[in-house]
Amino acid sequence: MPLRAKVASSVSRTAAALSRAAGRGDGSVIGGWIGLKIDPDLLAHLSAGRAIALVSGTNGKTTTTRLTTAAVGVLGRVATNSFGANMPTGHTSALAKAGSTPYAVLEVDEHYLAQVLEATEPHVVALLNLSRDQLDRAKEVAMMAQLWRAALVRHPRIRVVANADDPMVVWAACPPADPAQGHVPPHVTWFSAGQRWHDDSWVCPECGFTIQRSGEQWWCTGCPLRRPEPHWTVEDDGVLDPTGAWHKIQLQLPGKVNLGNAATALAVAAEFGVRPVDAVSRLGTVTSVAGRYAQVDRDGRNIRLLLAKNPASWLEAFDMADVAPTLLSINARDPDGLDTSWLFDVDFSPLAGRQVLITGDRAYDLAVRLEVNGVPFQHVRSFDEAVRAVPPGRLEVIANYTAFQDIRAELDRVN
Amino acid sequence: MSTESLRIVWIYPDLLSTYGDRGNALILARRAQLRGMPVEVLEVRSDQRLPATADIYLIGGGEDGPQALGAQRLIADGGLHRAVAQGSVVFGVCAGYQLLGTSFFAKGTRCAGLELLDLSSDRGPTRAVGELVGEVDPRLGIPHLSGFENHGGRTHLGAGVSPLARVTTGVGNDGATEGAWRGKLLGTYSHGPALARNPDLADLLLRWATGIHQLPPLDDTWADRLRSERRTAVAAAQRP
Repeated sequence: MPLRAKVASSVSRTAAALSRAAGRGDGSVIGGWIGLKIDPDLLAHLSAGRAIALVSGTNGKTTTTRLTTAAVGVLGRVATNSFGANMPTGHTSALAKAGSTPYAVLEVDEHYLAQVLEATEPHVVALLNLSRDQLDRAKEVAMMAQLWRAALVRHPRIRVVANADDPMVVWAACPPADPAQGHVPPHVTWFSAGQRWHDDSWVCPECGFTIQRSGEQWWCTGCPLRRPEPHWTVEDDGVLDPTGAWHKIQLQLPGKVNLGNAATALAVAAEFGVRPVDAVSRLGTVTSVAGRYAQVDRDGRNIRLLLAKNPASWLEAFDMADVAPTLLSINARDPDGLDTSWLFDVDFSPLAGRQVLITGDRAYDLAVRLEVNGVPFQHVRSFDEAVRAVPPGRLEVIANYTAFQDIRAELDRVN
Repeated sequence: MSTESLRIVWIYPDLLSTYGDRGNALILARRAQLRGMPVEVLEVRSDQRLPATADIYLIGGGEDGPQALGAQRLIADGGLHRAVAQGSVVFGVCAGYQLLGTSFFAKGTRCAGLELLDLSSDRGPTRAVGELVGEVDPRLGIPHLSGFENHGGRTHLGAGVSPLARVTTGVGNDGATEGAWRGKLLGTYSHGPALARNPDLADLLLRWATGIHQLPPLDDTWADRLRSERRTAVAAAQRP
């Protein structure tokens, strides 16, 4: 590593440690920011010599990164940005902090995938899904798919592990090969993780015709784009690998969506040569991920935290939540997106019959939404009031990003 | 009303449903049902024929490509024009509002609109993103408009339409006026589930559709709290 990069890396680690000591967060952003100021190529320098996997998509990035890190850990030490700091500053900080490791698994914000591909030259990139998320500032879904596609065309040697069930991802993962430009089609391994949310892929990104669905299959009515045959699939409570062998998956994380994330993790690890049979037991060691799925006992209530940031992830949260008293909390601060319109893309009727409590900065938006679904609810002003309002036993908490962090803070920043 | 039940058509949810647009159909249906009216909601996709005999037509927001495609297909279909000629109600939001006019810009080119409202849209210098508040045309008899806008367009109204509201916060059509209406056609830049924050606007559309001038009142406690909370937040943000 050049001297400038060494200095930058060391200063970055020190700044992160100072930030943590000062109680200003986990230090994963500030450390990387300072390091990149001293050496703009620091991320590239820190990436050199490591076999890297990138994990990107709208939902499931943090959990899939954690599961993949566990799986690749079969081979040796793995650097990762486990705090969900998923932009280049966070990657820089994570790699500087980890020191020299043979492997790295990095969660990447979908807007930064092109930039991080350039800097890290990964061995493999996992593309999970694309759906509407914070549209008041994020790119629209079709535009995001186009950005991914354009980035992958410039890196034909990177292996791609992609979701066969998401038409936008499939289209992004298959950029047109142009032999005249030396572009070869990328090597794609397809996984099927199921997809409950379809409302962002009715229209073909290639030709604009309607996409038809029947069971798990989908196809464009105007061009050859269709669901590729997946190499890895979820079957019952396990994963079928490309050889046809079935592996039972015993996770400590709830929901079918996490079985899909486990299948993805095994597929990514396999690109490094990890055999699924060696990795499955490690997946079961992952308990909670930066507070997601964490369980806390307080006053006789077993409180479980579920993060849901956008319509697709709310649908998954309802699927994984127990039929139990449920607290919903919504904010609309900068990290959440300022617009709450998406509440009407979520069908809240699965909550009918449960005791529902609402709170958060934008609880009234939630109130109006639940009324339309005919779901009775009670408005509470604080997390403590919610805990007191439910009987002993399970309390499911479903919250969007900053609302989730607020409640996590009430619970001593549970991980 | 066309038949015994109130028929609501949500036009092209496959193209024009960017962010919570379904809410307007859900809210109208719910408010009608609470008053004992039978309701039918039809979701008509862009590869289907548009029925011309419904009472209320809803058109939502969308990205440039789907907006242009939606306008082309609606012009070719002709069903919406027939419905308007028969006196149906049309409520257009954002991209769905723009395409009711004579022309709009999508992907850098001028596209033909449906020419149902005397207005045209082009690109503004900046994207308008944030809270949108306006004092509604007093002839409509409803309180202030409360919404969230997210669009790059600017809309110029012709003599054949009236502005829906005078902007007090946000941009709307051009920073001065917001939305437009004529007869039983109404459009707004208040995007997505615009009716969630404007129950009186929902009832206005129901009155137009049913011809019933006195709808039984509903308990709008939560919507009123939401409107007042938004108004307070907007005022706090504007304080120097």
